[in-house]
Amino acid sequence: MRTKTLAAPYLVWMIVFTVVPLGIVAWFALTDYATGAFTLANLARVSTYVPIFLKSVWLALLSSVICLIVGYPVAYCIAGTSPRRQRVLYMLVMLPMCMSFLLRTLAWVALLEDTGIINNLIRSLGLRPLPLIRNDAAVVLGMVYNYLPYMIMPLYTVLIKLDDKLIEAAEDLGCTPARVFEKVTLPLSVPGIISGLTMVFVPAVSTFYISQKMGSSGTTLIGDVIESQFKAAYNPNLGAALSLILMVLVLVCVAVMNRFSDGEEVIAL
Amino acid sequence: MKTFNRVFTALVYLFLYIPMIVLAVASFSRGTDIAVWKGFTLGQYSALFHDGLLLPLLVNSVIVAVLSALIATVLGTMAALGIRAMSPRLRRTTMAITNIPMTNPEIVTGVSLALLFAFVGQMLKINSVMGFATLLIAHITFNLPYVILSVMPKLGQMDPNLRDAALDLGCTPVQAFFKVIIHEIMPGILSGALMAFTMSLDDFVISYFVYGPRFVTLPVEIYNYTKKPLQPKIYALFTLLFLVILLSMVVMNLLQARDERRRARSRVVFGGKGGRVG
Amino acid sequence: MKKRALSLALCLLLCAALLPAPAAKAAEGYINVYNWGQYISDGTDGYIDVNAAFEEATGIKVNYMTFDSNESMYTKLRTGGSAYDVIIPSDYMIARLIDEDMLLPLDFDNIPNSALIDEAYLNTDYDPDNRYSVPYTWGTVGIIYNAAYVDEEDVGSWDLLWNSKYAGKILMFDNPRDSFAIAELMLGYSINTKDEDELRAAAYKLIEQKPLVQAYVMDQIFDKMERGEAWIAPYYAGDYLLMAAENEDLEFYFPEEGFNFFIDAMCIPATCANKAGAEAYINFLCSPEICVENLDYLGYSTPESAAKEFMDEERNTSQIAYPAEETLARGESFLYLDADATHLMDSLWLEVKTEGDVDYGPAVGIGVTAALVGGWLIFRSIRERRLKANRCRKWKTA
Repeated sequence: MRTKTLAAPYLVWMIVFTVVPLGIVAWFALTDYATGAFTLANLARVSTYVPIFLKSVWLALLSSVICLIVGYPVAYCIAGTSPRRQRVLYMLVMLPMCMSFLLRTLAWVALLEDTGIINNLIRSLGLRPLPLIRNDAAVVLGMVYNYLPYMIMPLYTVLIKLDDKLIEAAEDLGCTPARVFEKVTLPLSVPGIISGLTMVFVPAVSTFYISQKMGSSGTTLIGDVIESQFKAAYNPNLGAALSLILMVLVLVCVAVMNRFSDGEEVIAL
Repeated sequence: MKTFNRVFTALVYLFLYIPMIVLAVASFSRGTDIAVWKGFTLGQYSALFHDGLLLPLLVNSVIVAVLSALIATVLGTMAALGIRAMSPRLRRTTMAITNIPMTNPEIVTGVSLALLFAFVGQMLKINSVMGFATLLIAHITFNLPYVILSVMPKLGQMDPNLRDAALDLGCTPVQAFFKVIIHEIMPGILSGALMAFTMSLDDFVISYFVYGPRFVTLPVEIYNYTKKPLQPKIYALFTLLFLVILLSMVVMNLLQARDERRRARSRVVFGGKGGRVG
Repeated sequence: MKKRALSLALCLLLCAALLPAPAAKAAEGYINVYNWGQYISDGTDGYIDVNAAFEEATGIKVNYMTFDSNESMYTKLRTGGSAYDVIIPSDYMIARLIDEDMLLPLDFDNIPNSALIDEAYLNTDYDPDNRYSVPYTWGTVGIIYNAAYVDEEDVGSWDLLWNSKYAGKILMFDNPRDSFAIAELMLGYSINTKDEDELRAAAYKLIEQKPLVQAYVMDQIFDKMERGEAWIAPYYAGDYLLMAAENEDLEFYFPEEGFNFFIDAMCIPATCANKAGAEAYINFLCSPEICVENLDYLGYSTPESAAKEFMDEERNTSQIAYPAEETLARGESFLYLDADATHLMDSLWLEVKTEGDVDYGPAVGIGVTAALVGGWLIFRSIRERRLKANRCRKWKTA
């Protein structure tokens, strides 16, 4: 009797519910909408949506980088406080994640709309309302808002494990604080940065709700198209082809990001 | 620099909580328009409690979250133990499979499961496969990796001699697990279970593809609601949920703090060097 | 050994979990109803709660779900996995469902109230022998606009939706059939055209409109129009009456080019699990007392003259809910286009939805990022190799 077999139920589960379904997705992607015969037409049709793929990737990339720039100082600040305060601050980052992201996005819509809270305020001051919503910037804002905690958490986990002695050593060796950051803190937080970027990028690139609510009629992202093929226009074959390509795309992006962390894969929780 | 950083952090926290404030304020407003304050009322809250639909949906969500977290934790902990004992090659393959739901976009996971369930339904000639079972399966599937990824590191930190010692002292492997190992990896199990619970409670994208008419969870219904004129009692529900989660987090925090203090004290008493506090 | 047994048991359990729960068998006690959003009186504002009344009268529990377009309803049925007992699609969709054998013939002995339906709404093109459907409501499509912002002189035609003066304040249907119909009417085509060139021309017309459109929405129109977030929207006349009650600036007109006249009817899908319950539900909705209270709330028009008599005067004589004969003469019903034309329209609609200005931003941005990332990786590998070489040299000389 070996302990190894304990993983058997898990493996069976994962094969049945993740590997097999992906096989079915591939099968749908390679069959015809009407006849069910083998075809490459669905995958060929995906080429029409290259601009949409580009746009989705670009907005997600932008959001990931902004999340990093915003999230790093926050994680650094949390990691620098007393353990007790750390716990409270960390909890406050986690808390929004437990609340319905649909409603939180809707609250942003209420803030930014032409007849929303901010514009009502502007109007009551006698100024012209601003076009705050229904543009790409609003979509990026929505993504940054929703996925920022996913960036802060792994960064914090890495920064908290950082050995103070290393920093002291660098200081003793005559490094300025900026130099310490550049030579010690930053390189050591690379695994956190990578896993943070991944955790923001993956949901952001495939979102459909945020673009529907915050974007204009022209901001159709790849998630919207996939959703529409499964929920509004009955064409699961095209939807499956798009899903397949999206999956490959994400895998490539994640693989590229992982190149940075010297093969050391860390997914911090 | 440090003050700048502090101010910046405070602003980011404000940014994170702005929508909560908007929704909480809206829950006390008389009108239906979220952007216009029309006077204070508690009417939304009483409407919420008289509403026969929303609260059962919340119960549904909690049922799925608890069950899926529980099953995922048991399966995941077993798997983590098993993976530890695997040969490096097998372990790499298993971890690659574990990473699939983590790196796969949620929409792809949802779509693929929906296709699987519909396919199985067709094979078995059952018209209404989608329902509680499919929802539960989907949630367990995306919860499992979280549990594994939080239990594995704890197993790694554990002193391997502990198990051997237990076995030498006459424990069966099962006893060794329940008497020794489980205590060592408990924090990992708990944080995995908690993570699974929260992910499951607020999951919308995957549930949206695998729910059926007889069993709907709250986020799915909220999505349906956001396509219609939104009823303000949803804001009331949101605010109440926020308070409940805040409260439970605070309680957990206090318990954890007490636990840590006690452990620190016992360490002093027993004169141990104290392990790494994870 | 115990452990292996446990593992085996769990494996079996997993396999068992794959099989759907036995609860999937038809239970006496409930029906799944699938209807348009905002399409039943649900007890708000002191109106009757139809589903609760039905549950009370019959003891059958109603699981009520909504869809936001005929197409999404169709998709849900076709995808499989969920079975519904009563659905309420529109005319052309019913024809499609009949064509694809997705409906069950009704047993009219169980629906005695169906005798109350007016002749005018029977023997229709979509269900010529009245075997599959019982009309729920009928209505028309027109333009709703906010008189506080829209000039009276711009009003009258569908071209208001293409008026660049109101860019960003225009809403559009989020379903292909309704949207294409508007473009086709603008272009002078039939709303039932199957001609590929005409459909492409209509799609082009919609693409032309796209920069002006604030959003493609269905039920969200209520919220956006009532609050003045949008000023112009094509929508169903019955819903206008609901919106006008919230915002009195909202006005409605029937565009001069003609408009769609539709009937929504109750049907039973082939996957139904509780046919008797479903028929009881349909019968219940047809009973005059329920019908009148329900439609009073909905604002849509009733196919039962018997119910009309109970209705309040104002609604009964409303030119919008019950337009004059000569207005109605301009209306045209949707017919089911064949499978090919429908598929073409779906693809063209997707083109409309995904069409965007040629935007080089993302391509350039991704290109630059990729170049930076690639450059950094190359730079690092070169530096590493050099470092290693240096180290080797030092080691050799040492």
